[in-house]
Formats: sequence, structure tokens, C-alpha cells
Amino acid sequence: MSELVRMSAARVAQAVNRGDVSALEITDAVLAHVDEVDDRVGAYLTRLHDLARDAARTVDRRVRSGERLPLAAVPIAVKDNMCLTGTPTTAGSKILQHWLSPYTCTAVRRMLDAGAIPIGKANMDEFAMGSSCENSALGVTRNPYDLSRVPGGSSGGSAAAVAAYEAAIGLGSDTGGSIREPAAFCNAVGFKPTYGRVSRYGLIAFASSLDQIGPIARTVEDAALAYEAMAGHDPMDSTSIARQVEAPGTALREDLKGVRVGIVKQFVTERLGATIHAVYRRAYEELEALGATLVEVDLPTADYGLATYYLIAPAECSSNLARFDGVRYGLRVEGADVGAMYEATRAAGFGAEVKRRILIGTYALSSGYYDAYYVKAQKARTMFANDFRHAFASCDLIASPAASSPAFEFNAKSDPYSMYMMDYYTIPMSLAGLPAISVPCGWVTPEGGNRPLPMGLQLAAPLFEEAKLLGVAHAYERATAHATNYAPEIDSQESPTEASTS
Amino acid sequence: MTVAENVRTKYEAVIGIECHVELKTKTKMFCACPNEFGGEPNSHVCPVCLALPGALPVANKEAIEHLLLAGLAFGAQIPPFSKFDRKNYFYPDMPKNYQISQYDMPLTQGGVVRYWLDDGTMKECRLTRIHLEEDTGKSTHAGGGDGRIAGSRYSLIDFNRAGVPLMECVSEPDIRSAEEAVAFLEALKRTFVLLGVSDVKMEEGSLRCDANVSIRPVGSTDYGTKTEIKNMNSFRSVHRAIQSEIERQIGIVESGGRIVQETRGWDETQGVTHPMRSKEQAHDYRYFPDPDLVPMEIDATRLESLKSRIPADRLPWNRFARYHGEYRIDVKQASQLIENLPLADYFDRCVEASKNPQQSMNFVLGDLSRLANETGTPVADSAVTPPHLAELIALVQARTINSKIAKELLQRMWNGEGSPRAVVEKEGLAQTSDASEIEKFVAEVIASNAAAVADYQSGKTNILGFLTGQVMKASRGKANPALVQELLKSKLSP
Amino acid sequence: MSSEKIDVRYVAKLARLALTDEEVERFGTQLGNLLEHVNVLSELDTAAVPATAQVVESRNVERADVPAGGLDREAVLAMAPQRQGAFFRVPRIIAEEG
Repeated sequence: MSELVRMSAARVAQAVNRGDVSALEITDAVLAHVDEVDDRVGAYLTRLHDLARDAARTVDRRVRSGERLPLAAVPIAVKDNMCLTGTPTTAGSKILQHWLSPYTCTAVRRMLDAGAIPIGKANMDEFAMGSSCENSALGVTRNPYDLSRVPGGSSGGSAAAVAAYEAAIGLGSDTGGSIREPAAFCNAVGFKPTYGRVSRYGLIAFASSLDQIGPIARTVEDAALAYEAMAGHDPMDSTSIARQVEAPGTALREDLKGVRVGIVKQFVTERLGATIHAVYRRAYEELEALGATLVEVDLPTADYGLATYYLIAPAECSSNLARFDGVRYGLRVEGADVGAMYEATRAAGFGAEVKRRILIGTYALSSGYYDAYYVKAQKARTMFANDFRHAFASCDLIASPAASSPAFEFNAKSDPYSMYMMDYYTIPMSLAGLPAISVPCGWVTPEGGNRPLPMGLQLAAPLFEEAKLLGVAHAYERATAHATNYAPEIDSQESPTEASTS
Repeated sequence: MTVAENVRTKYEAVIGIECHVELKTKTKMFCACPNEFGGEPNSHVCPVCLALPGALPVANKEAIEHLLLAGLAFGAQIPPFSKFDRKNYFYPDMPKNYQISQYDMPLTQGGVVRYWLDDGTMKECRLTRIHLEEDTGKSTHAGGGDGRIAGSRYSLIDFNRAGVPLMECVSEPDIRSAEEAVAFLEALKRTFVLLGVSDVKMEEGSLRCDANVSIRPVGSTDYGTKTEIKNMNSFRSVHRAIQSEIERQIGIVESGGRIVQETRGWDETQGVTHPMRSKEQAHDYRYFPDPDLVPMEIDATRLESLKSRIPADRLPWNRFARYHGEYRIDVKQASQLIENLPLADYFDRCVEASKNPQQSMNFVLGDLSRLANETGTPVADSAVTPPHLAELIALVQARTINSKIAKELLQRMWNGEGSPRAVVEKEGLAQTSDASEIEKFVAEVIASNAAAVADYQSGKTNILGFLTGQVMKASRGKANPALVQELLKSKLSP
Repeated sequence: MSSEKIDVRYVAKLARLALTDEEVERFGTQLGNLLEHVNVLSELDTAAVPATAQVVESRNVERADVPAGGLDREAVLAMAPQRQGAFFRVPRIIAEEG
């Protein structure tokens, strides 16, 4: 593997801006590497050879003319729910399998304007519904650290690409944990900004009041670089915030003196088994060793997170996905009349998990149930926001597991609810709109397994405090360097038999 | 079926109107596509109004302000907090398969529309609310069925109209007749046109309305079962349809039957309403606040600024009170003026300049309107300025010129010859009231019309008109006609 | 709220999803299971709590009434699963959809 491929985003941009190496060189190296490994990893649904090389030539032209681009030649994976003109944008679904987007997502546009190179459209759970990438209707993505295991989801492709050096940055989207959990599964940093910080224009909507785009990267510094490029007000998104984005790089720090880290009373890690509990206990001690004070905080609504989320998100998605009807774009299955066409198209185009969520969401909004379910859940959501406000009175950040376990095997979670449980720790932050990040914090070798699997520590901050969050994450990462303990040895792993996805 | 008058008077009709009005903005409600009537199909579309994956709505400020102006004109309340909701249902001309509308917190609540009947009686109908929403695309049905849905094999959709801003106005059931319904709609139309918020052209679809109609015995305060009437495409249809429905309901009740609550479509050709296929259960629209949009809070400063933009004295009912009540212009003519905004504005300026509403009206609706029809130039765009008209009126009042000369003068003013006084002086058009001058003409005419004179003297007094005309002709219209008649009479009586 | 059976067929109709008998059965069980988990919310005392209207606190986000953007018509119609001339074509509509 070429050294160019292993470079961090920060180093790539620096090298290209200095003229040490050309964008085209970097791009060609990454594309060659993708062609070598992606048949086994399956991170990308579409590889963008021509588009990438065109973009690279443009970057080279701009740099030669004197421009300094913050993300010069940085190879990026674009989750396939983000529109990019001229590329298939499928959301991992049969219903959009052949749809080419005629416009580009604002966040993606900003990354490209900053010099980034789109290497490919990354695989994902269909319409971002899932925590393993197994719900993709169009491809299988495997965890580079153990090809017999899932990469996490729903941004599984982006996380796997970053882990396998098929990109330096993966753009992901997070609704209940879909950036943080796959990042944790793939030994990467996954960052979800405050709701509203990054425009959602051009992001195929799942749950409008929860969706956020964010970066997955191999270092906190890289994540911060990407965040700075993509964040900021967008007049095309009414929910996008007009607040100034602080340059997060300035807050990157080396120690945590004076930082109070809240440990949530309700997040009892003993429940996760002795090995995993030990990893998190050590992670918390590492924070202390850096100078942080650990404080117990109370989140009384914590155990209601899943119930709240699994009413609000499906309700919003049932409405957001109504537009997929075979009339204006995408799959159409003919019918004797338009109603029959709708039903047949949507039956053929949507997978089981999507159907389940549409059904439960429609039910939660329906007459007679709206108050008891949807409104009730929105009230519970207010309580989450209040709980966090209260907690942050006594701490600066909250630390917790990013996922309840490391990557599991394919088909391990066939019961839908057991899959939903993967989001237990990440959902509360999503409900309150808080910025949250997952950083590698250790390794476990599961029973009966022979490869160490990465685990992630979640840090969450009050609304708009991305800079503080990234600063602390950076300090933790630099001091502990967990991510560098093991490499994804893709070549040395046996090709697993085709994993069946339900 | 017409109902006998004595039967009809036993019942009172109770009518509410719900209408959708397309707002006159440059762009659509939630995207920057042009809001234009006509245009090649599917040429005014974008990711947002086509509901492409990933698209998001952003509210049109002008549309919001248009609606607020309309509400304020009717004295509605503007609640401090308002929001958009999603109304979920599937239909091929509705790209998102939900409509962004307003459910429980509309931009305006209450208000009153004032209108008048043919006999000049002022009436009021309360408004329940006015709210903002987006329009759907247009579908044409083809392959059989003569363009109607039933019998068609397929439909063709044009999304140009999808996303155009709509005001939905809902009235209380205060209307009591088909005539009132039309007068109510006229008042709405005049107000919207005055405020510039909509063109309100039913033929172009920028006004669509439905009526809820029920009847009850006179004196009762209970509500009868109501039916919803749809598919009325002009004010005339509205009148005919409501009339037809009232009579149908009376007929049923009189013969001991019960009114079925249903939706009925007006059939213009047959002149009746037919029941429309009943909707599968009532729609479950699953309304919930649209998470892609943020709430609206209209503060006092913004409200005051909007209020100051409403020209109170030009509101239709205020105009009517002035024209009919104060100036004593008859109902039909007052309505004619109010119906035409530039004309009414012109009229008001004439009244202001001349202080003579009657004469102003006579000229405006009379000769000036005739000239406008003949030349194709609207009165307000003509060369006859209100101050000039006021001058003309003053000249006639002072009897400096007679009405025949005034007509000529008006033509010359219309042709751009300038102020009336100037023309009169230049052409010497001042009316002659000099008796000696007129006497000369009278003598002339008597001399050359012996037969007529003989007829008159033998008792055919109506010949006077002919002889007067001859004198007027001889004097090239400048003689004072009243004086001419006097002199003729005295000269011809034995 | 005690455990309730969802009328899956009715909800599927509202959502325009054709389901096989097997799916009706399977989803019925799975959704029933989810609902039981979701019912814990009834334990929360939310009487004095307002529903979250919006996570962001912005108000009055509006855009000036100026035309801009738009998609090329051929690009738009090229996406159509079925087009006829300048129109999108769909099979017959049965009177009141909804």
C-alpha cells in the first residue's frame, strides 16, 4: 500500500498545497488501492474514477494558480444518501438504485470547493435505517478489522472506507448514532455536530429533526478540518443555524486540566459484560489521568431514549418517504391504476426495516394515536433536553460508551429490537441535538474470535460547543493513541462466504 | 327543480364558503421557481417543488406578508405564534405526498368580510381563519372519459403549479343566499386585488371555492345537515350551484326525506349537482408540525408596519358606504366603479378635485367609459386628468358651456388638447346665453321651417323639440338650449 | 396503554404499501413487540412539559421573493419513470385518492 494512501487529511492538504505531491498522484494511488481492496470490503456502491480524476485535475490547477485549499486533494467517501450531481444516489435502496442526482448536497459541495476529491458513494443501511449496514439492498460492506463482522451503520460504508484507507474522510449522517457507532466499530473518529450546524440540503431525509451530516476520519484533527469546511448557515435549509462556526483547530489541546467529565449514572457499563466494562472503566481513568475530574451526573430519562426515538424517527420518516412513489423518478412497478402502482412500487422498492418504520411511524401519527404516541414522544424529548441542561450545570462534557458492543457478526441481530438497542447510548444526544463524537478507546477480542475489535468512547457537549468537544477528544486521542494499536489486515483475512442479508 | 315561493320562504339557507386563492408572488411558496401562469409544462420546477430526495423548503416572505395584509384588511387577529404542518395523503400531482399547510395555528384567525346586496343592504360574514399552504401540480386525464377522471386510462402531470402559494379562507356559515355568496366573493376579490395579493381570476384558477350548504326552518337556530358543493368555476356557477342545492334540499325536506351529508359536484351543462364518489372513510391526514420549517412569530412592530400598508378608504365596503351612502350613487353604479380598481381610484381623485360626486360619476361611467371602450385606453390612463375633469364639471355647473359642448370638449381633452378652459377660450366654445344672439337664430329657423311652425301652432307641441334642434344646429350648438326653447315658445305663440 | 394489536393492513393502506399475508403476520408481531417497549413512555409524567416544537431556536426563517435556480426541463423529464411529451404520465387515478 502506497504511503500516499495512509496519509491523514491534514497531511495530504499540506503536502499538496506545498506542491510536494499533486492531487492527481494522490487520487490515482487511492483509486488503485480501492480497486485492490474494495471487492473484499465493499465500502463503495459506486467508485467515481472519472469524477475523482477530473476533480483532482481541477485541484491541481487551482493550487498551481496560487490558491491554498483547506482540503486539497483529500480523498473522501460520500455516503450514498448525499446527492452529488451525475452520480447514482441510492440511499442503499432498490427504489433509487438507478437514480442519478441532478443536484449536489450543500455539505458535499462545500467539501469539494475546499479541494476534496470524491472517491466513491459509500454503502449504507437503506435510508439510514439500521446499525450494521446489513439493511443495504445494494451491497454488503464488511468490517476491515474482521471481514466476518459488520462495519456498523447506517454510515457503514463511510466508516469502512476510512478504516481501510480507501478515503481519508468519510461523510456520514447521524440520526440516532449512525456516524458514531460505525466509527466505533471501525476504529475511527466519528463526529456528529450540533443539530443545525451542517446543512441538510441534499441529504436524503430520514428523520428531519434528528438527521445531521458529519465526518468520519482517522484522527480528531482530520474530523475538525472537515467539519470546518462543511459547517455553517445555508439559506437552502430553514433549520440551518446562523451561528458563527468557531475554528475548531484553535481549541485542540493536550491535556484535560480543569475539565469536568460527567459519567451518567444510568449508563451502567457492568451490564455490557466484564470485558467491555473494563475497557470503559479504563477509558474513564485515562481521562482522569489527563487531568479531568469525573463527576456523576443524572439522566433520569435515559432509559426512555429508545422508546422516544423509535416513535419520533419513524413518524418523520413515514412522511419523508412518501415521495417515493414511482411518479417522478426512481423505481416504478406498474399497476392497473395509480394507487396499485404506488403499492406495488413501494413494496418492491423498500426493504423490511424501511417498511417496518414506515408502518410504525404512520401508526404513531394516525388519528387516535397521535397524542398518545407522537406528542408524548416529543414531550419526552423536551425532558431529555432539560436533563442534559441540568447535567451540564455540573460538568463540561459527558463521556459514555459509543455502542453497547464492538462489531458483531453478520446476522447476529435478527430481532429488530436487539438491533435498535445498539443505539442506546447515542440516541439521547441526538434527541437533544447535542454535538457528540466517538473516539477509539480500546480493543477487545471477543470470545471465540481471533481478531481484536476496536471500541469507541463517546463524548458529548452542550449545544454549539463543538470546539470544546473536539479539543477534549483530541487530547484524549493524542495521549492514548488506541487507534494505532492494530491495523486492518484486509489481505491476510480469509475471504468470508457471502454474508446473507435479510 | 324550482321550489314555490311560499315554500321557499319557510326555510333559511345557511352557507359557508371555503376558498383557495393563489397569491401573486414572483416565486413559489417554498422555492425560488417562478410563479407564473401558463408556460411550457414542467419548465418551472426545481428539486424542492419536484420533491427530489434531499430537497428542503424555505418560506417565501412575500407570501407570508400578503396573507397577513389580507387578514388585517378584514380585521383578523394575528396570533403571536404560527407554524406549518404537514397534511399527509397520496396524490400524483402532489410531489411530496404531503402538502405543507397550517393546521391548528394558522397565521390569522377571525375577521369579518363586509359586502352589499343589489338593494344596497350591507351584510357581514365572519371569517374563521386564513392560512397559508402550497398548491399542487395540474393533472389532465386522458384516454377516454372526456377529460374527466372517470373513464380515463391515464393522467398527465404538469408540476409548474406545484408549490405556488395559496391562501385558504374559511368563512363561518353566516351567508344566507346564493346572491350573498357571490357578493361575499366579490368583496373578497376586490380586497385582494386592491392589496395586490392576488389577481383572483377564477378562469385561470387563481380562485377556487367550495360551498357548504344547509337549510333550516326560519326561526330555528339549529344547523341542518350540510353538503359540500365543489366544481364551481365562475361566480355565476357559484350562484347557480348554491341556488340549485338550496332548492334540492328544500325539495327533499318538504317531501319528508333527510339530507345526506356528502360532497356534491356542480355540473355546469346540466345545471344540477351530483354526488361525488365518497372519500374512503374520512381522510386521516396525520397532521404534524413540519420539522423542516421553523415557527413564525409576528411581532408588534411588523404588525404595525403591515397595518399601515392597508388603504382603509379604498377597501370595497368603505368605498361602497361612501359612494352609495354619502354620495347617493345608486347600487349598480357604485358596484360598477368599485369593480374596477383603477377606475374607482380615478373617480376618487375626481371627487376630490371637483367636490361633485354626482357629476364625476356621470362623466366617469358615461362619456369617459364610452371613450375608453371606443379607443381601448382605460379611463385612468387617458389624457383626461382628474383636475381637468373637475374643471369641466365646474364649467358645466356655471353654465359657461352646455352639455353638448361639454361632450365635444371631453373628446378633445381625451385627444390630448389640454385643459377645458384653454380649449373653450381658444375655440370660443362658451355657451351663448345672449338673448339677442339667439333671437337671430330663432328668427332664421322660423323663417325656413314654415310647415313645422304651422304644425306647432295647430297644436302639435312636440314639434318644439325639432325646432329647438334646428336652432342648436344653426348656432353650432352654442346656444343655451333652455333659452332657445323659451324664445321659440314666446315667438311662436300667437 | 395495554398491549394493542395494530391493524397492519389498515396502516399499510394509509402508507400505500402492498404487503403479503406473511408480511402482515410478521410485521404485526414485530411492531407489536416494539409498541410494548415503546409503552414505557406512559410512565413519564409529561403533564407540565411542552412538546419539542423544534430543536433549533430560530424563528421567521424567510426568503426574499426573487426567482432563482430551477432544473433544465429535459433533465427533469429524463428522470421520469414514464413520460409523455412534456408531461409525467401515471396510470389512471381512481377518483378521490388520498
